[in-house]
Amino acid sequence: MVDLSVDLGFLKLKNPVLAASGTFGYGLEFKPFYDLELLGGFVVKGLYYNAKEGNRPPRLVETASGLINSIGLQGVGIEAFCEEVLPELAGLKTAVIVNVCGEDEDEYARVAEYLSRHKGIAALELNISCPNIREGGRCPAQDPESTFRTVKKVKQACSFPVITKLSPNVTDITEIALAAENAGSQAISLVNTILAMAVDLETRKPKLGNILGGLSGPAIKPIALRMVFQVAGAVKIPVVGMGGIFTAEDALEFMMVGASAVQVGTANFIDPDACLRIIQGMEKWAENHGIFRISRVIGSLKV
Amino acid sequence: MVIDRKARIKKTESWGEYFLFRVESPEVARTSEPGQFLMVKVSEITSPLLRRPLSIHNRDGKEVEIFFQIAGEGTSLLAAKKAGESLDILGPLGRGFSVKNELKGKEVFCVGGGRGIAPVYFLAKELDTLRAKPVVFYGGRSSTDLPLKSRFEEAGWEVKVSTDDGSLGFSGLVTSLVERELKLRQPAFLFACGPEAMMEKLSEICLKKNIPAEFSLEAIMGCGLGACWGCVRPIRRDGEVEYIKICQDGPVFLRDEIIWAGE
Repeated sequence: MVDLSVDLGFLKLKNPVLAASGTFGYGLEFKPFYDLELLGGFVVKGLYYNAKEGNRPPRLVETASGLINSIGLQGVGIEAFCEEVLPELAGLKTAVIVNVCGEDEDEYARVAEYLSRHKGIAALELNISCPNIREGGRCPAQDPESTFRTVKKVKQACSFPVITKLSPNVTDITEIALAAENAGSQAISLVNTILAMAVDLETRKPKLGNILGGLSGPAIKPIALRMVFQVAGAVKIPVVGMGGIFTAEDALEFMMVGASAVQVGTANFIDPDACLRIIQGMEKWAENHGIFRISRVIGSLKV
Repeated sequence: MVIDRKARIKKTESWGEYFLFRVESPEVARTSEPGQFLMVKVSEITSPLLRRPLSIHNRDGKEVEIFFQIAGEGTSLLAAKKAGESLDILGPLGRGFSVKNELKGKEVFCVGGGRGIAPVYFLAKELDTLRAKPVVFYGGRSSTDLPLKSRFEEAGWEVKVSTDDGSLGFSGLVTSLVERELKLRQPAFLFACGPEAMMEKLSEICLKKNIPAEFSLEAIMGCGLGACWGCVRPIRRDGEVEYIKICQDGPVFLRDEIIWAGE
């Protein structure tokens, strides 16, 4: 038996695998495929205060081992979420993490404050890194000061543990991670998608209605791994790694470079049971390597 | 809905760029309804990355059939699979055609254009079981685009074909063939699947003639499950237009819910 649990300090997970926001709906979509309680946890789709329309279609383009999306955080808003969805999630014995969005710093705080009146939420993940909302793919996570202010406001508005989700579309990701840590974030998750585009040669048009989108999938894994390595070396708080994780080996590599837990995203689209298969694969790998605590893998990279 | 990673391909048939696969998958077959679709894995590696949404063409005991046209890299890879190999399929997914009891004894127009004929077979079969009278309209660019003509005829349904180039059946668009037929009779319902322009024209015709209709829409899909919100298009619901997921709320929508390109 391998002990798969990992401790983020503010949150103990039964295993290191979380389903990533934006790829797992509100969780319930995946109930037909496996028991959600087998997950370390899952992060529900990003929520604004009000329902959000999202971007003009087409919203998806497949690229070499990757997927560019420009969904634009379409969603139901927190009221509908708390009334219609959360009651079905609240009883689950797994970490339910809510991804929080905002048009401005105050909206993040208002969403956090609203959610704090409800039970069943283990932590918030601050989505300050979606590339599909503002023109040119800009987001708060591209600026240390706006990262600091947003995290600070949310911390003041609620008592939830806060995980700040960072963007790879920056020059030095460690300075953003440090800004989040200094503002009181209890963990960092990274990376969100990489700003990208695709062109239809014949029509001379962008393939996405929004022109730009965010690239995910195996294509981005080496970049994500590098950034998780850099951030894990820079901050003292735990790091949750993601970006193109499709196999248990991918997940273990992220842990090896310093991630305490991982998120599985795009893989859920292709195999709805991807998270489960990754958890099982990690256990098998650990057994084969005589490792009885998966947490021993965290930061075990030999350099 | 289930993931069946070992759905065995029992038989493959092909006509140029069109393919018909018969696949054994008892649970998928048992729960399928006409108009629903499968997400089919086309590659064991990560490129192409996504599954391909394909309509369920037929259900027969423990088997389902898919009919598809090579449209790109994914469907090319799928077309290369042979009988005896297994397929990784996810389904049945989505909301299909409303095959309702009140259609019993009545004529129902079922229109398929090109590869859009795929769900029409299962639909006509269900209508037949209900003892409605399916009238199948099958349109294509040329005679080689109508490989399933004899299959529909063998089922004993009334089948009307059209080709844009006049090489087989009515010469012209399938929508003109439908219009011609509407001068003679009024169906209780019209179902259609095919190119957008075809469906848009049919939608206009149905509005004018006051025929209730449903259309099956095609979309690039990320997951097929309603989790990614990638396949949305503007749909009219309760007087309001919003981005609705084709995979989960569709792929079949009522005529007046759909907003066409020309609107």
